[in-house]
Formats: sequence, C-alpha cells, structure tokens
Amino acid sequence: MPILTKDEAQALLKKVLSYSKADECEVNLSGSDGGNIRYARNAVSTSGGVSQSSLVVQSSFGKKVGVATINEFDDASLEKVVRRAEELARLAPENPEFMPNLGPQQYLDNPATFVPATAAIDPKLRSDAVAQSLAISKEKSLTAAGFMENSAGYAAMMNSSGLFAYNTSTNVNFNVTLRTSDGKGSGYASKGYNDINKLDVAAATRVAAQKAAASSNAKALEPGKYTVILEPAAAIVLLETMFFGMDARSADEGRSFLSKPGGGTRLGEKLVDERVNIYSDPLNAELPTSTWNGDGRPQEKISWIDKGVIKNLYYSRYWAQKKNVKAIPSPDGVIMEGGSASLEALIKGTEKGILVTRLWYIREVDPQTLLYTGLTRDGTFYIENGEIKFPIKNFRFNESPIIMLNNLEALGKPERTVSGESNTQALIPPMKIRDFTFSSLSDAV
Amino acid sequence: MKRKDFLQLSAMSLGAVMLPKFALLGNPIDPLQALEEGMTVSMKKELADIALNAAKSKGATYADVRIGRYLNQFIVTRENRVQGVSNTESFGVGIRVIANGSWGFAASNNVTREGIAKTAERAVAVAKANAKIITEPVQLAPQQGYGEVNWKTPIEQNTFAIPVKDKADLLLKVNSIAMQGGANFVNSAILAVNEQKYFASTDGSYIDQDIHRIFPTFTVTKTNKATGKFETRKSLSSPVGMGYEYLTPTPESKVSGIVTRYKDRYDILEDVKNATIDVDQKLKAKTVEPGKYDLILDPSHLWLTIHESVAHPTELDRVLGYEANYAGTSFLTLDKWRSKNFQFGSKHVNIVADKLQKGSLGAVGYDDEGVKCGEWDLIKEGVLVNYQAIRDQAHIIGLKQSQGCCYAQSWEDVQFQRMPNVSLQPGKDTLSVDDMIKNVEKGIYIIGDGSFSIDQQRYNFQFGGQTFYEIKDGKIAGMLKDVAYQANTQEFWNSCTAVADARDYRLGGAFNDGKGQPAQSNAVSHGSSTARFNGVNVINTARKI
Repeated sequence: MPILTKDEAQALLKKVLSYSKADECEVNLSGSDGGNIRYARNAVSTSGGVSQSSLVVQSSFGKKVGVATINEFDDASLEKVVRRAEELARLAPENPEFMPNLGPQQYLDNPATFVPATAAIDPKLRSDAVAQSLAISKEKSLTAAGFMENSAGYAAMMNSSGLFAYNTSTNVNFNVTLRTSDGKGSGYASKGYNDINKLDVAAATRVAAQKAAASSNAKALEPGKYTVILEPAAAIVLLETMFFGMDARSADEGRSFLSKPGGGTRLGEKLVDERVNIYSDPLNAELPTSTWNGDGRPQEKISWIDKGVIKNLYYSRYWAQKKNVKAIPSPDGVIMEGGSASLEALIKGTEKGILVTRLWYIREVDPQTLLYTGLTRDGTFYIENGEIKFPIKNFRFNESPIIMLNNLEALGKPERTVSGESNTQALIPPMKIRDFTFSSLSDAV
Repeated sequence: MKRKDFLQLSAMSLGAVMLPKFALLGNPIDPLQALEEGMTVSMKKELADIALNAAKSKGATYADVRIGRYLNQFIVTRENRVQGVSNTESFGVGIRVIANGSWGFAASNNVTREGIAKTAERAVAVAKANAKIITEPVQLAPQQGYGEVNWKTPIEQNTFAIPVKDKADLLLKVNSIAMQGGANFVNSAILAVNEQKYFASTDGSYIDQDIHRIFPTFTVTKTNKATGKFETRKSLSSPVGMGYEYLTPTPESKVSGIVTRYKDRYDILEDVKNATIDVDQKLKAKTVEPGKYDLILDPSHLWLTIHESVAHPTELDRVLGYEANYAGTSFLTLDKWRSKNFQFGSKHVNIVADKLQKGSLGAVGYDDEGVKCGEWDLIKEGVLVNYQAIRDQAHIIGLKQSQGCCYAQSWEDVQFQRMPNVSLQPGKDTLSVDDMIKNVEKGIYIIGDGSFSIDQQRYNFQFGGQTFYEIKDGKIAGMLKDVAYQANTQEFWNSCTAVADARDYRLGGAFNDGKGQPAQSNAVSHGSSTARFNGVNVINTARKI
C-alpha cells in the first residue's frame, strides 16, 4: 500500500471509527517502504526490501481494553478488526492504569521530517553508493564492511473523542568499517539523516579509511584516568543511557539514579556541569522529528537539563495524572548545546589526552549511579601538545554519564549522530572530558 | 546479545517497555486463534513447488523456500495487576536463490500461488543485480534431499493451550509472595514462542517443523528510602525449548545448596521466595575488596560467559569478516585453528556444539537450509578444533557438509550463520560443588547472570551476576555486592582448574542473541556444570554521583 496523504488517512480512519460500538475507540495507522544493502570482505553480501502497513484498533469498555491489528484495508476487514478488538476488550480484566482518550490536540506543522528525494531511493542508488564505498576501500588496499538502509513512511492516529494526528518521515543511515589487510588497523564512520542529499557516502568512507590506516600498530598505554575527546558517535552511546533513564515513575518509586535519599526525586537539582544544556525540539532544522508521540500527545520544545539542573522528567499519562503534573512524553530526538570549536580545534587545545572514535558493547553495571561499561573501538589515538601522536590499543571503560558530565572540560560544535547501540538519532557536540576511567586493556582491533 | 532486547528482558521496568516491542513481531490475535490449524502440509508443499519452479525458470541454480507461521504470547504483570496479555501471529514466505553465482532473497506475506511466484521472481532479480558486485561465486556444500520429513519439539503441554487466566494467576501469585516477603516492587512475565516452519529446497527436501519455547521470568526490587539505594534479584529460570511442563517442578530437578537452582523443571514460587530474601541481603551486603580471586561460577551464571567468550568467537562468519561492521570479528583466526595446537583453555575445557539437546533452545531436527542437525567438538582438551559453519562456508574449513547452523528469525528475514547450543562438558572425575568450594582459600561464588560486555574480537570481557558469596578458607563467609570480574578470554579459560561432574550439569540461555544488519535474534542454550577459575581480576563497581 502506498504512503497515504493526510486526507486519505483521515478518510480511512473515519470509516474505521464508524464501525465502533465500544465506549471509546482509538485507531493507529502506519505504513512504510524501505530497503537495505549489506557488504563485507569488499563485496555485497545481502540486500532486501521491506514494505509494510498496519492498522491497530484499541477498543475499551470502562477500564477493559482490547487491541487488534490488520494489514488488509477493504471494508469487511476494517469492520472485522473493530469487532475483534471489542471482543477482546469484553474478555479482558480491568486495567487499573487505563487512561481515557485524549481529546482534540493542537500539533505543530513539521514538513521537514519527510524528504521526497529520500523516499525516491531505489536499489540502484543503494548499490551505486556501495560501489563508491568499495572503490575507495580497494584503492587504499583496505577491506570494507558496511550497511545502508533507508525508509519512507507515514503514521496517523484518530480516536472517538475527536483527536486526529498525521505525519510523514524519511530516514537514511549509512555506516562502514574499513580494516587493513593485516588486521592491525580499523576505522569507522556512521551517518544518518532525513535527507539523502546530506549523506556523502564517499566522504564517510574516506574518514573510515584514514582512521584504519592511522590506527595500525597501536601502542599499549596503562589503564587509568585520562582526559578524552569523545567524537559524537562515541559520546551518544553513553549520553543516551541518561535520556533513557529520565522516567519520572522510576525516580518517584526510588529505583532510579534520579531518586533522592530520604524519598523524592532530584528534579530541580544541579546534577552535572553548568555548561550542560540538553533539550528536545521537534522543529530543529538539523534533527526534525514528529510533533506528536505514539499516544497522541503533542511533542514540543522541552528543556531536560538547563545549566546542569534537571528541569523535566517524562511521564506516562497515568503517572502524570496520579502526580497531578503535565504529562510530558519522552522525546524522539535529543539536542545538546555545544560551542563553535571543531574536533580539530579540541585536539589542538589538548596537552595530553585520548581521541575516541567509537564506544562499543555498552552495558549497565549499576543503575543507582548509571555506571556503564564498554570498550573503545575502530580508531583510538594518543594526543600530545595538540597533535595526534600515535594510535593506542583499545580500552575497557567503567564510567557514568553523570560523572562524565561533571568532568567536562570543553564542548565542540554539535553535529547529527546515530547511536551504534540503539539507532537513536541525536544532535550532540564532540566533548572533552577529564578523568575518564579506563579499567583494562583490550587486544581487539 | 542485543542491548535493547536485553534491557527489555531484564530491566526492572520489564512489563512497561516489553510489550510494544514484542507486539511488532506480528499481528495481535485472539489467544484461541493461536491453536487453530494453519495451512495444511500438502498445501504448503504445493506452494513450495511453485516457488522452486518459478525460481528455476527465471535462472536460479539453487532455491529454497520457507513458509512460516510464527506465534508469540506474552503475559506481563507487576505487583497485583496484569499489565498486558498479547498474542501475535506472523505468516509469510521467504525465498532464497542463487543466480549468476550470487545470493538473492525476497519475502512476502502474500502466500498465494501468484504471490509466491512473484516473490521468487524478485529474489532472482536481486541475485542477478548483486552478482555484478560479488568477488567470488557462492560455493554451496552438497546436501542430500530428505524427501517429506517432519520434526517436533517433544513437549508435554502446549503453553498456548493453557488458559491465559491460569498463567496470569500463577504470575500474580509469584508477585504476591514477593510483596508479602517485603519487596517494594516485582515484575513477572511468561513469554511463549511457537515456530511452525515449512522448508523446501531444490535438493529435494520438504521439511515440516513445529518448535516450542518458553521463558518464565521475574525481577524482585527492594528500595531503601533513607539511603536512596535499591537492589534487584532476577529469577534463576532459563528460557527453554519446552512446553508449559517446565513450570511443573519435580524434586529431582532441584539442585540444593546456598540457594535452590533448577535443571529441566522450574519452581517459580520457591525461587521468588528465595529472591525476596536475597534482595534484602543484597541491600545489606559488604562491598567487595577489589583484587584477584578464585571464582566458582554456577551454570546459571557461566552460560553467559560461555555464550560471549566461546560461542561468539567460534562463529565462522565473524572469523571471516562478515560481521566486521557490526557484531565484530574474532580472535580465533583460521591460522590458530590450522596450527592444531592453539591452547584456548586448560585441559579441563571441552566444549561441544550441538542442536540436539532435549529441552535446549537450539534443538531442531533440521536447520533453516535443510541440513539435519548434529553435534561436534569446538574445543577439545583446551585446543581449538572447529567452528560453526553453514553450507556456503563449509568448504573454507575443509568440510564436505554443513554443520547445520543456519537460522532466520522469521520468514521475512534471510537465513544466515547463527550459533547452535555451545556447552562446557562436565568434568570426568567425581567432583561436587561443595568439594570444589572446600579447596578455595580466597574466592567468590557467583550465581545468576548480570551485566555483560565484551570487545568486538572477544578478547576482553566483564561480567556481573545476581548474587555473590565470599569464600574464605573453604567456607562461604557471607554475601558481597558491587562485584564484576574482568579477564582476557584465553587467560580466563586457561585458568579453569576444575569442572564439577555431570550431576551438576544445567542449561542456561537466551531468546535474544543478536547479530546481522538488519539485526536478527536467535534463541540458544549453553550448558555446564559449576566450574572453578583461579586468580581472576575482580573490580568494585560502586560509585558516587
């Protein structure tokens, strides 16, 4: 099924609601078209295309809720899915946390999430991009492994209380690892955008190639506390653990790093360096995101950390009602303010330190302090007197993003980045951090 | 293992975050609909032949087709309420072909004569397009056709046939034991999987399989309001290749000791009672002094160390570089295997790959490219002797036949090399866990799996656990907290000085071993008896923020 326009989606959803006999009914409609290509050992390995659409109907009688889904859209199927949701609702136990429908909402308009050129990506464009990346790899006598995927889709929602929401989006991600033929050097680059025109596959491959060559024959440094410069692709995988943990309910329940001894939460407290400002804004030109979330709540510009102070936590509608506060949803894209310095300028201003390209296999060690472990990967370098001196062997770290943001030395210019762990997109700066804890050496290249 | 999946299975907010993600696995259906018979075998054979003929007529030199119906059920609760009951179904066909020497794949949920023929045609077109940028043609190990055969997980009770209310009531009982025992929060869930897979290939196999898995789990949480501290204790259950009978405990399935652990049956009501006591002790436990310790690792913990440090580096696709951009490569390079004397571990370390063990997650009759499953050595008396391979890799390690390690998580994903069960063999000499502990001067006894992380070539790892007990002069001296151990894989396995005998052998495992781009999940078990590792580096993980 093609991507439905706002009018087409509205008409279809009205028809579905017309079949409802429940106290309340809520319908979510979505569809997407996408494709991917994967390569390794300097040749394409697999590729595929995915096209999907689905309609989810939620019916409720009092606090009894049933959900049913269908991917056929003729009238009989639409009526059938509504009846099935109603049958399931009648059979269900009461959900004490059930929330009635939201009424009509006002959403900001955000056409920037959908870029027609990205929606028009075809298999040839993908294989041409890979051919370009492979040519650079072969020219430099390196071995490439990489992945490119793109999708275009729409989402719409309507309920029996007058709410209607609609948006479209496109996305393209590219990541590549180049290795030297002796296996002693490895370099990585990763990019993700709404707009294919911003993606320069050749430039990203060249960055990975440069890092692969430069990281060969790394020297071992003693584990310990070092000043580090984290490139955005390295910083995001630690930072996002903090965003994922800003749920109000866990904090209120006393089982979060934001819970306070004696009860209550750390909302309003200064938790990190005062230069840390983190917010979300669906209308940001570099990181446009949907202006409504999955349950119909508007997404607006929200400050999460302001001058180091925790400004907001996110809530489910149930928990917000229980706590009598505004039900702020979790954000789709997070933005951290920075300065104007380039990565090169951060390196230049560093007397002794370590440049980190990528962090990998990030796992929580202690949820009370948000302590995480993981390793550096695909390009780690020693800096002395403002210059990269030599490649170094990879380290395992044990560090908390809270401690890290308290040990802030400098921030560079924010750029759009994709988390290699969760695929989350963010706009964050490269950051210079003192006393970052490396606890052991790894032989991995 | 994928981080997102891990969080969803183990985090304290298990219920809240788990449902939406798993709901994406298919369309929600009525619980009773899961018991309805799907398409008949003769109909599947007819459709499969249409796919194979269409592929051949478009120029494929090989084709296989998988018609799959994948059913899931999730029952998720917290404290005194059921948070969600979800049944999903996903039905469709995936067709893989070789044309012009290259692989091609296409999938569709339009399982009709026309839909299948069109999908086969698309798969051939993809193969021909990809053939322009391959470096060498696919070399497929020969495989005999088995004709029409079938295989079923030997279950006693189909989890999907047990009324939802019975399962929800059991979980609410679990929760009530925890709350009465003084827990502040408890999350519990039962996850059930049924893969109904029909495979056919141009080699002449028509394989019908019915595979069942179940995973009951809980997390008990206790908070200390005054200090702002909290601790959790996860269930000591394992995901298993069994039916609902896993939840009917028997005396012989229990392993007594510092806490009861379980073999092929699980007593969830007993374990939650113990977990509630454990979590209270964890809040009061002594923080660990960092340093070198002898570790005694219970199978409920050791399975994950085996998974990350033995099973992953022996995956041949990693060794060859196919995962270089994502999951990583491997330190177990072909030259080490060819040398025939690479000492991966001590002589106590015998590690076997298999897809046969009854009750294991990896057990199937045939893999997803029609190869009958078996068992083989990976590490023999400490020496690396083999890898895990599929049909297009077998020739690289001199095999005439695949080892049957091919798997796809669904009809819509292309099958590729995934790990079988990989298990440490029990010690040959009689040795109980108690006798093993008696000889330890300064050690830590670890039960249950916790935090885990390993580098992309599988050299350097760090593991936590659920509960940690200090061993002093051969005796358990009390509980410790803030424990994690770090080691180099080869040094760690060479420090293995004892493995308990077969009486202690148990399986652990995971539903969500992740690999590939786009990422796919694989379910796999790892067995062992309790084992001892000398002089391992332990760090203290406590911090202040």
